[in-house]
Amino acid sequence: MFPAAFEYVAARATDEAFAALAEHGSDARVLAGGQSLIPAMRFRLARPSVLVDINRIAELDYIDERDGELRLGACARDHALETSSFLRSGRYPLLADVCAVVADPVVRQMGTVVGSLCHNDPAGDWTVAALAARASVVVRGSGGTRVVPMDDFLVDSYTTVVDEGEMALEVRFPTPPARTAGAYLKIERKVGDYATASAAVRVTLGEDGTIATASVALGAAGPKAFRVTGAEQALAGARPSAAALAAAADAARSAADPMADTRGTVAFKKQMSAVLVERALRKALERLGQKMENVA
Amino acid sequence: MKISVTVNGTPYERDVEPRTLLAYFLRETLGLTGTHVGCDTSSCGCCVVLLDGDRAVKSCTMFAVMADGHAITTIEGLKSGGTLHPMQQAFSDQHGLQCGYCTPGMMATAIAFLKHNPNPTEAEIRDGLSGNLCRCTGYNNIVKAVQQAAAAMAEPAAAS
Repeated sequence: MFPAAFEYVAARATDEAFAALAEHGSDARVLAGGQSLIPAMRFRLARPSVLVDINRIAELDYIDERDGELRLGACARDHALETSSFLRSGRYPLLADVCAVVADPVVRQMGTVVGSLCHNDPAGDWTVAALAARASVVVRGSGGTRVVPMDDFLVDSYTTVVDEGEMALEVRFPTPPARTAGAYLKIERKVGDYATASAAVRVTLGEDGTIATASVALGAAGPKAFRVTGAEQALAGARPSAAALAAAADAARSAADPMADTRGTVAFKKQMSAVLVERALRKALERLGQKMENVA
Repeated sequence: MKISVTVNGTPYERDVEPRTLLAYFLRETLGLTGTHVGCDTSSCGCCVVLLDGDRAVKSCTMFAVMADGHAITTIEGLKSGGTLHPMQQAFSDQHGLQCGYCTPGMMATAIAFLKHNPNPTEAEIRDGLSGNLCRCTGYNNIVKAVQQAAAAMAEPAAAS
């Protein structure tokens, strides 16, 4: 199980990486942590003829909080985020939930957040969380740099808007505003397996205690992670209540479009999507001081 | 292409194909067969080695060319002189290995884990090792070994 032969380019600066991408066009792939790409190459699911390694580009290895956003460069690893002061501060509970369950602890020491978004595995963790967190991705190409909202970033399984010759340089997670919290939950058969189902939510309460806005996203429930707008609409304006959570869960069950496999039947997975949305909302609301066990 | 890698303190210059995985570079090019390949699909953690001393990486999921300019520590490089590394001593004392196949990866993972969390709870150790499989299911003694190693590795710092 060796990958097909390829040409290797070790870029030392961002401009060098772009020069290599421009030269090799659609034959080239960016290599960051490699924790998805290398296994895909070993199974010959991916056969790039050129790999542009960005791991030595120091200017892409950062985690900063700036202008109301947490910004991660393309080389920022899951483990660095997990152990960062930003996550330890407790202000990014949704991201902290994700960091604790991505693949396994060893894979997280190499894997990158931006790389996971670009890989866009239908059962990946970061795409789901980034949708609920209303993140955006900075994409640079020959035509300049653009900031792409997460809603527009994911095109289809394993495909994003990052085009030939382009590279995703940064992901931006908005710092949660006041009275806002999120949560991420997934079901997996064992640590490191693909998710059977996953859900990310973010809730903002109004001053009167009702839900002002909510984001609800599902993973492993279709060709790509997606937001459940029906659930978001059911929650907006509602009081945090069992009925509101049940309505959101119902919307998730309807919207989920999973494939049957060894992890479960379609009906089971749809039910798990609903259960996870309900539990994640409960967890987010508890983080906002709502005593959900008393909510009828 | 030509790469320069320091393995267990010894610098090596070798010509490798870019598609050569680090695990096979260590085992077949350098003859360091202490690094085991278990699943070969990034699932089992048998092949974990230390990158630059403090990062645990699956060497079956990294190309050797990515290690160019870096330092790798394998199981062969843990002991210093005739003295076992505290992690090796702890695995021996606590019977933390049965068939021994997962042991090199377990130790590398545990050493990197303790660098970031020198005083872990049992639950944290179990979580930290959750990417490493032991087909003998000898997890309890592995956890005990990591606890002993954590205490042993904390001693010099406490004394100073």
